Amino acid sequence: MTQWSSERHKVEQRIKTVKQLSALSKKLAAQRKQTRQMVIVSSGTCGQARGSEDFIAALHKALKRHKLAGKVGVRVTGCIGFCETEPNLVLQPKGIFYQKLKPEDAEEIVRETLLRGKVIDRLLYTDPKSGKRWARMEDIPFYAKQLRLVSGSNPEVDPTSITDYIARGGYGAFAKALAGMKPEKVIDEVKKSGLRGRGGAGFPTGLKWETCRKAQAKATSASPAEKYIICNADEGDPGAYMDRSLLEGNPHAIIEGMTIGAYAIGANLGYIYVRSEYPLAVKNIGIALKQARQMGLLGKNIMGSGFSFDIEIARGAGAFVCGEETALMASIEGKPGIPRQRPPFPAEKGLFGKPTNINNVETWATVPVIVKMGGAKFADIGTRTSKGTKIFSLVGKVRNTGLVEVPMGMTLKEIVEDIGGGVAGGQAVKAVQIGGPSGGLIPKKLLNLPVDYESLSQAGAMMGSGGMIVTDEGTCMVDVAKYFMNFLRDESCGKCTSCREGTLRLWEILDRIVQGKGTKEDLPLLEELAAVVKDASMCGLGQTAANPVLSTLRYFRDEYLAHIEDKRCPAKVCKELVNYYIDPAKCQGCNLCAKNCSVNAIAGKPKTVYVIDQAKCTKCGVCLSVCPQKWAAVVKLSGEPVPKSVKPGTPVRRSER
Amino acid sequence: MKKFQLNGVEVQVEDGTTVLEACKFYGIEIPTLCDYEGLAPYGGCRMCLVEVGEKGKTRLVSSCTYQVLDGLKVWTNTKRAVKARNVMLELMIAMCPSSKTLQDLASKWGVTKVRFAPQNLDCVLCGRCVRMCKEEMQSGAIGFVERGYKKRITTPFDKKSDVCRTCGGCIYVCPACQSRCQGPQEKSVLCNACLACEPPCLDVFDEMKCYMDPCVWCEKPRADQAKTSKKKAV
Repeated sequence: MTQWSSERHKVEQRIKTVKQLSALSKKLAAQRKQTRQMVIVSSGTCGQARGSEDFIAALHKALKRHKLAGKVGVRVTGCIGFCETEPNLVLQPKGIFYQKLKPEDAEEIVRETLLRGKVIDRLLYTDPKSGKRWARMEDIPFYAKQLRLVSGSNPEVDPTSITDYIARGGYGAFAKALAGMKPEKVIDEVKKSGLRGRGGAGFPTGLKWETCRKAQAKATSASPAEKYIICNADEGDPGAYMDRSLLEGNPHAIIEGMTIGAYAIGANLGYIYVRSEYPLAVKNIGIALKQARQMGLLGKNIMGSGFSFDIEIARGAGAFVCGEETALMASIEGKPGIPRQRPPFPAEKGLFGKPTNINNVETWATVPVIVKMGGAKFADIGTRTSKGTKIFSLVGKVRNTGLVEVPMGMTLKEIVEDIGGGVAGGQAVKAVQIGGPSGGLIPKKLLNLPVDYESLSQAGAMMGSGGMIVTDEGTCMVDVAKYFMNFLRDESCGKCTSCREGTLRLWEILDRIVQGKGTKEDLPLLEELAAVVKDASMCGLGQTAANPVLSTLRYFRDEYLAHIEDKRCPAKVCKELVNYYIDPAKCQGCNLCAKNCSVNAIAGKPKTVYVIDQAKCTKCGVCLSVCPQKWAAVVKLSGEPVPKSVKPGTPVRRSER
Repeated sequence: MKKFQLNGVEVQVEDGTTVLEACKFYGIEIPTLCDYEGLAPYGGCRMCLVEVGEKGKTRLVSSCTYQVLDGLKVWTNTKRAVKARNVMLELMIAMCPSSKTLQDLASKWGVTKVRFAPQNLDCVLCGRCVRMCKEEMQSGAIGFVERGYKKRITTPFDKKSDVCRTCGGCIYVCPACQSRCQGPQEKSVLCNACLACEPPCLDVFDEMKCYMDPCVWCEKPRADQAKTSKKKAV
C-alpha cells in the first residue's frame, strides 16, 4: 500500500516550539484545500483482504490514462468502518461513497464521476431491504446514526503520513497540554471527561493516571525510566478488531494520546504492546514513531519544553492472556505471559517494578479528543456513568458488518437493527454476544438494553473490548458456549487450577451435552463449577472465563434442557443430534446429493427417490446444500425419529414447480 | 507493623507478611498444596483461598500470595471459600488420584465425591519442583511448557537438561509422585479410607502413624476393615 503513498510522506522540518507546530498545521491545512478532488480508498487489513490493493493499482493507471495523475489526489487510508462493502472509496469533496469495487470499476469511476461528475448508480450502497440507494457517505444509515469522534479521522488521514495528521490539527491537543496545562490539569480534564478504560473493565482513566502520578519512583540500572506507560494493543477477542483498525488507520492519534498521558503522569518511556498477527498495524505504528521522532514530537526535550518521552514497540506472540495487564508486563520483561497477584497494582509497581500506567488503544486514542474538546464537553456525550463514544466491531450474522462508533447508552437494538441492518437472510436476531470470551450473550428480549458498562454487566455480559457478535435463530447457544470454552481452555495461562482445570472440565461437560450424552446432573454441575471458576481464579481471564456458560444458562436454559432431555438441538446445529432425511414426496431424483456425498451414504438411481443410509451418514450436510432450492427435498431433523423412506428404486413423483 | 482483622479479631503482623503466614502464626489452619516452606509463593493451586474485603464486597484470594495490608479484613473458613477449595481438590484429584497428599486433604476437608473423569496424571502442576530447581538448586533444569490445558512440566525440548545435576530435589518436594496412595477404590477415584477409620485417624494422627506410607488403615485388608467397623457398631 505504501507503494502509492510513500512519495507524499516527506517529513517536514523538526519542530522546535509549539508555535511552529500550529503554523505548520495551518500551512498544511491550506495545502490540503488546494487539492480539489480527492479519492479516499480504504485499505486496512479488511480492505486488502478483499482486494483493495489491486483496485488502487487500477485506479492509478486509470488516472494516468486520463491525464489526471497529480491533479486528483489519492489517499490510501486505514479501515473506514464499513467492512461489509470493502473495498470502498469516498470521493471528496462531494462525499460520494462507492462500494464493493473491482479493479475494472476504476476506469469507469475516473471517466464518469471524476471527469463528468456523474454518479454511478450500480456502485452505490443499496439498502438490501428497501432497495433505496444513497450517494453520500453521511446519508447511508450505517454512518448516519454513528458518532465517530475517534474513528472518524480514519478516512481523513493516510496512516503513513504525519503531515496528513498534522494538517487536521494533529498533535494540537498535545501542544495545548504542553504549553498551557500543568500535568495535574490534564489529569483533571480527563477526570472531568468521565473517560473509563475501553479495554473492558471500565476503570476510570483519570483516577488511574492520578494514582500513577502520585507514585514515587527512581530510575535504576535495571530500569532506565522512572515511570512507564503502556498501550495495550493485544487485542485477542474472537470477532473484535477495533484496536487493529485504529493502529492501522490512525497511529498518530494513539501516539499523541500516549504522549499526553506520559506528560500528565510523568513517564518517560512508553511501550505499545501489539500482537505480531497484526503486521500492518506493527508496520504503520513503526512508520509513525519514526516520523514523530524525526519531527521532534518524540524524544528528548520535546518542542523545547524540557519534557522527554519516547515509545517502543513490543510485539506479542498472540497469547490471549497477555491482554491481562500483569501478564502483558511480564511478557515485555521477557518472562512468560503469566499474570500475577494484584495488589500491588501496576500504578504502584508495574513494568520492571516501576509505577506503570496501562491503557487500551481506544482509551489512548480518545485522550487527544478529550483534551481538544474539553473534558466537560466530552462528558455531555453518553450516559450518567459511561461517557463518550465506544467503537464496537459489529460482526456475525448481521447485514452490515463493520466498525461502528456510537455514543454510550445507545440501545443494542439501534446498533444491530438500524446501523447493522438486522440479520442477513431474513431470520430474526436470537442474541448478541458482547465482550468476547469474557463477555456474555444478551438475548433478543433484552435488545432494548442501553449499551453502557453497568447495564451490560448487570445483564451478565461485559463491555470487553467491544466485540459484538450477532447470532440468529440458526445458532445453537450450547454450541456457542462450547466454542468459547474451547478457546479459553487453550488460552488460559494454566497457572490456576480453577481456570486451567475448570475451563477444561466445563468444555468437557458442554461437549458431552452437544453430543447428546448429557445427564440431568450436568446442569447443576455446570452451574456450580462455573461459579467456582469465576470466584477462585486470580486474574481477569479466569474470573470471567465462565461468563459464556453462565449467561447462556441464564437466558437459554431451555436449549440446554432440550439437548439433555429430548436429545434435540433446537437450532439444528449439533452434529450428533441432527439427521438428514430426503423427503420422498419432494425428491426429483436428480442425483446431485448422491454425486456429492463423500461417503456414498445415499442410495438410488436417477429418476428414483434417493435414500440416505443413516448408519453411513457422517452428517456433513453437503446433500442439504446441493439439493436445489426449488425442490428442498433434503431436510434436517433433530430430536425426532427419522421417518421411514420408500424402498430404493421407487420412481419419483414429478413436481409441477 | 500491619494491623488487620482476622476472622473478626484485630491482630497485627510485620510488614510484608502474607495472609497465609499470618494465619499460621495465629494458629488458623488453611489447606495448602503448592505452598512449600522455603520456596517463593506461587498461588497456582488455589487451595489456600480466603475471603477478603468488606462484607458484601468480598472476594476470594490465594492467601499465600496476598500480602497483609492495613485494615484488611480476612475470613478464612467461610462457606464460599471452603466450597471453592473443595472444588479445587475435586479437580486436582481427578487429575491425579494417586497422590496421597491430595487424598489426605480430601478426607480431611470432607471431599467425598469427584464428579469428573479421572485423568490419572502424575502431576498437578503445583510448580513446587520448578521452584525447587530454580530457587534452591539454582539450576532451572525444568520448567513449564505450553499453556492452558496442555501445560506441563518438563526439561527444555523434552531432552535431558545440561544443568540438571540429578539431585532429586524435584522429587523430594513433589506432592504427587513422592508418596503414592493405596487408596483409590474401584468405583471412585477417592480413597476416603481415613474417614471410615475409627477412631478417625486424622484426629489421632501420631498414634495411627498415618504419615507413614502406606497408611496403616489403608493397608488393612478390606475384610478386616469391615470387621473393625462392625465391632464398633455393635
